[in-house]
Amino acid sequence: MNDKSKIIAGLIIFVIFITFPFWYNMGKAAPVPEPKLTDKAKLEKECVEPKQFMKVEHMQILDVWRESVVRNASRTYVSKTGKKFNMSLASGDDSCIGCHSSKVDFCDKCHNYASVRPYCWTCHIEPPKEKK
Amino acid sequence: MENSRRSFLKIAGISALGLGTKPVLNVFASGENSEKREAEIQKNPAALKAKRWAMVIDTRKYESEEDLKPIVEACNKIHNIPKHTNKRHEIMWIWFDEFKYVFTNQEHEFVDDRVKHLPFLVLCNHCEKPACVRACPTKATFKRDDGIVLMDFHRCIGCRFCMAACPYGSRSFNFRDPRPFIKEENKEFPTRMKGVVEKCNLCAERLAVGKMPACAEASNGAIVVGDIYDSESEVRKLLKNNYAIRRKPELGAGPAIYYIV
Repeated sequence: MNDKSKIIAGLIIFVIFITFPFWYNMGKAAPVPEPKLTDKAKLEKECVEPKQFMKVEHMQILDVWRESVVRNASRTYVSKTGKKFNMSLASGDDSCIGCHSSKVDFCDKCHNYASVRPYCWTCHIEPPKEKK
Repeated sequence: MENSRRSFLKIAGISALGLGTKPVLNVFASGENSEKREAEIQKNPAALKAKRWAMVIDTRKYESEEDLKPIVEACNKIHNIPKHTNKRHEIMWIWFDEFKYVFTNQEHEFVDDRVKHLPFLVLCNHCEKPACVRACPTKATFKRDDGIVLMDFHRCIGCRFCMAACPYGSRSFNFRDPRPFIKEENKEFPTRMKGVVEKCNLCAERLAVGKMPACAEASNGAIVVGDIYDSESEVRKLLKNNYAIRRKPELGAGPAIYYIV
C-alpha cells in the first residue's frame, strides 16, 4: 500500500484526460444558427404555414407532400389561411426552392448545426450556387 | 335534517343545470373554432383524368429510326435520363427495337419486309396486372387507380426484383450516379441516384398539370394516349378501326400499349 501517490497521480491524469473535451471546448459552444432568408422569402412574411410550425414540422409537411404528389397526383396545398401552394420541393418558382433559393444559407445552416443529413439533393436538383 | 335535505337538493339541481350547459357551450366553442380552416390538399383542376390510361402507337406513321429519335429524345430530355457511354449502364424509358425482339411470340420467317425492318417503340406497358408491383418488397412500385404503374424513387432500395419480374425489360438500374451523364438538366424534374431502378412513368407529372405525355406530343400523331374505358376516346376510335397487337399478351399481364401494325 505504498503506491498511494502513484495511484492518485494516475487518477488525476485519467480524470483530466477523460474530461478534456469538456473543458477544452468550454465557452466555445457554437451559437444557434439563424437561417438566412432571401428577399423574396422575407417579403412573403409567412411560409406555407406559420414560422414556428415550419421550424418544427417542415419534415412532416414534406413527407405528406411527397406521399400525396407521388401517389395521388394531388399537388395543390391549401394552407390554414386559405392560400394555395404548388406542392414541390424543387421545381419552379412556386416551389420550396423558389423562395428559399439558397441551400447553403437556408437548409444547411440548421442541418449542419444539428448534424442532420437529409439526402434530398441526390435526386432533386438544388438551386445554383451563385444565386445568393 | 329537513333543512339540510332541502339545501342539498338545491345544490344538486344547480349543479345538474351547470353540467347540462356544458355541451351547449361546447357547441358554441366549436362553432368559433370551425372558422379556423384546416389545411387541405387538392388536385389541379386542369389535370387529365382517365379510368384507365392506354397508349396506341401507329407504326404505319413512321419509317425509320430517324423518325423515332426525336420522340425518344423528348422523353430523355424532360426526365433527366443520363446518356451512359457504357451500354451496360444504359437507362431507358422509351427506346426502339426490331420486330423479332419486340414481338417475340409473333415473329416468323416470312414477316413482310416493312415490319421486318421497322423499328418499334418500346416502353413500360403499364400492365393491368403488373408483375413488378407484386415483386417489389417496399411498395416503391405501385399501380395507380387510373392504371399508371409508377415508381416512388424515395422508397426504392435497388433490389431489382422488379427488373427480374418485368417480362418486357422496361426497367433500368442506376449502376452509377447518373448526374455526370446528364448533359442538360431539366430543373422541373428530379434526377435519380445511384442504386435505384427507374422506368417510364407515362409522364404522370405532365398529366397532373393537364399536358399529354411528351412522347405523344413529339410524335406528330403517331402516338395517342387516352382513356381506354371511354368509348368516345381517341384511343378507342383508333382501336375500333384498326387491328392492333400488344406485346406478349399470353402472359396475362394486360399491357396497355397497343401497336397498329
